[in-house]
Amino acid sequence: MSATTSPAPQLAAPRPRGGIVQSAKDSLVIAKRNLIRMSRIPEMIIFGVIQPVMFVVLFSYVFGGSISVGGSTSPAAYREFLMAGIFAQTVTFATAGAGAGIADDMHKGLIDRFRSLPMARGAVLTGRTLADLVQTTLTVIVLAVVALIVGWRTHENLGKVLAGFGLLLLLGYAFSWIGALIGLSVRTPEAATSGGLIWLFPLTFISNAFVPSDNMPAFLRHIAEWNPFSATVQAARELFGNLPPGYPEPTAWPMQHAVLASVLWSVLIIMAFRTFAVRKYRSATA
Amino acid sequence: MPGAIYAEGLVKTFGDVRALDGVDLDVPEATVLGLLGPNGAGKTTAVRVLTTLLRPDSGRAVVAGIDVLKHPNEVRRSIGLSGQFAAVDEYLTGRENLQMVGQLYQMSSKAAKARAAELLERFHLADAADRTAKTYSGGMRRRLDLAAALVVRPPVMFMDEPTTGLDPRNRQQLWDVIQELVAGGTTLLLTTQYLEEADHLAHDICVVDHGKVIARGTSDQLKAQTGGERVEVVVHERDHMAEARTVLAGFGKGETTVEEHTRKLTVPVTGGAKLLAEVIRELDGRGIEIDDIGLRRPTLDDVFISLTGHAAQPADAAAGDAPPTGAEPADAKGRKGQARKEAVK
Repeated sequence: MSATTSPAPQLAAPRPRGGIVQSAKDSLVIAKRNLIRMSRIPEMIIFGVIQPVMFVVLFSYVFGGSISVGGSTSPAAYREFLMAGIFAQTVTFATAGAGAGIADDMHKGLIDRFRSLPMARGAVLTGRTLADLVQTTLTVIVLAVVALIVGWRTHENLGKVLAGFGLLLLLGYAFSWIGALIGLSVRTPEAATSGGLIWLFPLTFISNAFVPSDNMPAFLRHIAEWNPFSATVQAARELFGNLPPGYPEPTAWPMQHAVLASVLWSVLIIMAFRTFAVRKYRSATA
Repeated sequence: MPGAIYAEGLVKTFGDVRALDGVDLDVPEATVLGLLGPNGAGKTTAVRVLTTLLRPDSGRAVVAGIDVLKHPNEVRRSIGLSGQFAAVDEYLTGRENLQMVGQLYQMSSKAAKARAAELLERFHLADAADRTAKTYSGGMRRRLDLAAALVVRPPVMFMDEPTTGLDPRNRQQLWDVIQELVAGGTTLLLTTQYLEEADHLAHDICVVDHGKVIARGTSDQLKAQTGGERVEVVVHERDHMAEARTVLAGFGKGETTVEEHTRKLTVPVTGGAKLLAEVIRELDGRGIEIDDIGLRRPTLDDVFISLTGHAAQPADAAAGDAPPTGAEPADAKGRKGQARKEAVK
């Protein structure tokens, strides 16, 4: 290891440009790194797709005939109703991915390395959440194809349908910031995976995702109606044209203005959890 | 003028534990400071503070002429850190790892690419450059980690236990790199539990224990502080031990210590090799057969024990040693320390 001595003059790194340009550039470097990683662990992506596909099949065929939506118990009507819920649940699973990835980086000392570099302070987390967004998008595309195969159809123009997917992905992006905070707060990647998932079950089930919230006890119904998750599900259903004809008119504000509520909730979650996560990152100790 | 690494009164507490309890450091440019101490002494905490990863509760630190607390991002441009674990992304190739680090040091992607190729060559990783780091051996990962710390040729380097877990060959290679770097003008702060390593690499050594610097100086100064040389004799017959003791007492400058079960006698001396020859002649003349004899200079382990009263390495390492006889406690521990060090070699 002594063949070539590096030249004596010591060069510090170029002066950071700072600001938004550096921040974006650093985030992209980290996002690229995470995407390369993901592509080299294809089983993660495959499991990420299998789970929602399984849910589509289970819910639509097992529960399909027994759940009444808008007065109809036809499995076909339920399948259309269900899909927005499955999409929304799928995008929130990005939480666990972000959490486990960041906990793993902490555990392996990579976060220390990044923190010792003259890089933008939020970039490690932004890069990770952006990479998760890419992965989530791919999962949603595969899932949409499967849904079309089992009979799901949209009944609105392409613009609205794409807007519906946009809201779903925005929700997923927001949730990956919650995952980032979880990942920075736990000691092991395993804890981040389970910690990133358990709370998603009550969150996604006490909602309008799988059954209409109207039949829930009043107490749960209020939670379901104000659940950020429900707003996006409702909005996606509207934009996909998947609300069955006899579906009762909503009474709660977020359900009446689902698109607006969905955007507001997601933006609020991003702003809050990004702040917490970046603060936590700056003081992170492996 | 303060050195390339300068710290004054660093204090950091974690709950009840004072991980740093008023640490002062001053490392002149292009020299190596060895921070020597057992696990939990505060070495890593000191490195974390100096590399901007941790804010101290109080104190001041200046690295490469920049205030660490006031301008952490400026400091980050001028330092390289190689931590206790090889902090590389195992799903990225060696080349991708180095390019990423280069870009995060704000190099252009072209410059980062060129530098990565150069470092892979230099660290004998060129053949493995396009394999994921997952497939690398422990030594290769360490080399990649060190290469990542050197991407911008930082004027100041921090290495936290760089050779822990490496086999002797890889350790020697790493030592060669370190010496080359320092010859090229890099200032290095190195933490280690290996006394031999500090002895070998560091110009100055700070011995830390419980968050405090308990001694500092060159390796020779520290050794001198512990006292001079000793003659160590292992006699062949247990029956000869008493007589051998009398002989040694005649040459010694202090109390002779005796270890019954190993038949080893140790006495502090002055006079070096010449005296050793006399001792051998005298023992031979009396017909005392010896298995081993030698002149021992104090090791850094002895230094550590005489300073702290406990061994640098976990106590269980010495569990095999029987209680010594006829020696005062500090000395007894001293010999244990040495036995352990020889085992480490």
